[in-house]
Amino acid sequence: MKIGVCAKVAADPNARIKVASDGTSIVTDGVKMKLADYDEYAIEEGIRTKTAVGGEVVLFTIGTDKNTEKLMRGGALALGVDKGVLIQEEPADSLAVAKLLAAGAKKEACDVVFTGKSSTDEQSFQVGIMLAELLGWAHVSQVVELAFDGDSFTATRAMDAGVRQKVTGKLPAVITCEDGLNTVRYAKLPDIMKAKKKPLDKVSAGDLGVDVGSAKTQVGNMAPPPPRPAGKIIEGDAATAAQELVRLLRDEAKVL
Amino acid sequence: MSGILVIAEHDAGTFAGTASELLGKATELAAVLGAPVTAAVLGDAPAASLGGFGATKVYQATGDFSSGAAVADALTAIIKAADPDIVLAPATFTSRDSFPRLAARFDAGMASDAMDLRIESGNLVARRPVYAGSIESDTTVLSRPAFATVRGNSFPKVENNGSSAEVEQVSFEATTPSTTVVETLAPESKGIDLGTADKVVAGGRSLKSAENFDSLIRTLGEAMGAGVGASRAATDAGYAPHNEQIGQTGQTVSPNLYIAVGISGAIQHLAGMRSSKVIVAINKDPDAPIFEHTSYGIVADLFEVVPELTKAIQA
Repeated sequence: MKIGVCAKVAADPNARIKVASDGTSIVTDGVKMKLADYDEYAIEEGIRTKTAVGGEVVLFTIGTDKNTEKLMRGGALALGVDKGVLIQEEPADSLAVAKLLAAGAKKEACDVVFTGKSSTDEQSFQVGIMLAELLGWAHVSQVVELAFDGDSFTATRAMDAGVRQKVTGKLPAVITCEDGLNTVRYAKLPDIMKAKKKPLDKVSAGDLGVDVGSAKTQVGNMAPPPPRPAGKIIEGDAATAAQELVRLLRDEAKVL
Repeated sequence: MSGILVIAEHDAGTFAGTASELLGKATELAAVLGAPVTAAVLGDAPAASLGGFGATKVYQATGDFSSGAAVADALTAIIKAADPDIVLAPATFTSRDSFPRLAARFDAGMASDAMDLRIESGNLVARRPVYAGSIESDTTVLSRPAFATVRGNSFPKVENNGSSAEVEQVSFEATTPSTTVVETLAPESKGIDLGTADKVVAGGRSLKSAENFDSLIRTLGEAMGAGVGASRAATDAGYAPHNEQIGQTGQTVSPNLYIAVGISGAIQHLAGMRSSKVIVAINKDPDAPIFEHTSYGIVADLFEVVPELTKAIQA
């Protein structure tokens, strides 16, 4: 099977994020970047699938930062991904990202593509499913369990209110990965050294024959949420405080 | 191309509260645009009654909508019939699973999980959380149509004034490659749906055991008619099932009242509940970060306070 996995470079979710002065992006100087958390599940699932059914795993990442190649080699390529494709563009929105990935997946003749359900920065939950549409493929989103049988698959997806559904389908398909699908492995130094020899193609939108077109969305006015006014601390013994809280919630806040 | 199309979701024919919330807001936005508000209904539901929330016309399609593929195909036909500038849906799994297909199909843009909407220079602007909610941003959708999904409880529900809208039945072709649902598994614990709950009580690792969690948090939740949630530390420790986890890697909730019991308020937990209207915390630690977000707080031992709180509510 030719297995595509997509990973976005995003700020580490534990990093303290500051908005840049123009309000359209974050300050990245000094901020630790990594392959986004849910995409790590995608990479892991790609490697497990190769182990189970055989084939080749190709990692697609997009960006122009000079550290991106290091992240690809230090992570996915060190773990069992066979090849990297670095698309050196700065797409303006989710649809542009999906157009670039679709061209990459077509060029590499992928049978299946894994992505994270969303990225930890933008949290839009769009790219994976847009990719399926552009490829003309089926998709299953927020997958927590997956098994292949030839070119058929059974996937369990996590929906709202804790409900899960088992679905069956046929390749080709895009699978977006949810927490719980697998346990991500991390690369050891010897693997990282070996990864330096793995092929990593650097391509442009032009190389892929893609014209992403004009931006469909524009981000601005980024700011931390407005701080809440200081709240009340309710004093007194347990019974007194509890009764006062109920009174305030009923009569003052009117939420009870 | 004109107007705002609202996807009205329903559960076996009963419209979700979000239908009223979005139609109300759409009416306000449409007035700025000088354009009509219409609605879309998939499946069997009293479509005409949406006129009472402000829809001038409702497009309805029927079929098997168990897969996102059919939802996308039906909405494609409805969008072609309605020809709107803007398409709005509540932020649910259904819209999350279908709207990106529609956006790609129409070569359009989409703003996900909006907390607020406005019109600026004729474009839809959605205010939404990014970076686990530690930052908010405006996403302007420049395309036509423009797609956006909106978190529940973002706008007030409007009263149904009883008017009836014209309903047009729309047929559609199932062209999207689909999957087949073979089994639906109910959640580990079945309580009030956290995603749409009006009130939520959540417990943290300080509960120390599943027994304590049940006897304190669930009992309080039941007394209040609230959904029951938990921090990741509590679910990882086995005090509550995974589907009750609230936070960055769990559910996001936006109730009118959120009571955090024995939860310190780490960024990852805040990500899942910081937009709650009124936040209350009960915690022994006066320096717990959660108190930076509370309207009311009690700095005390939860094992003493929670039973008293349950009593006070039942009184």
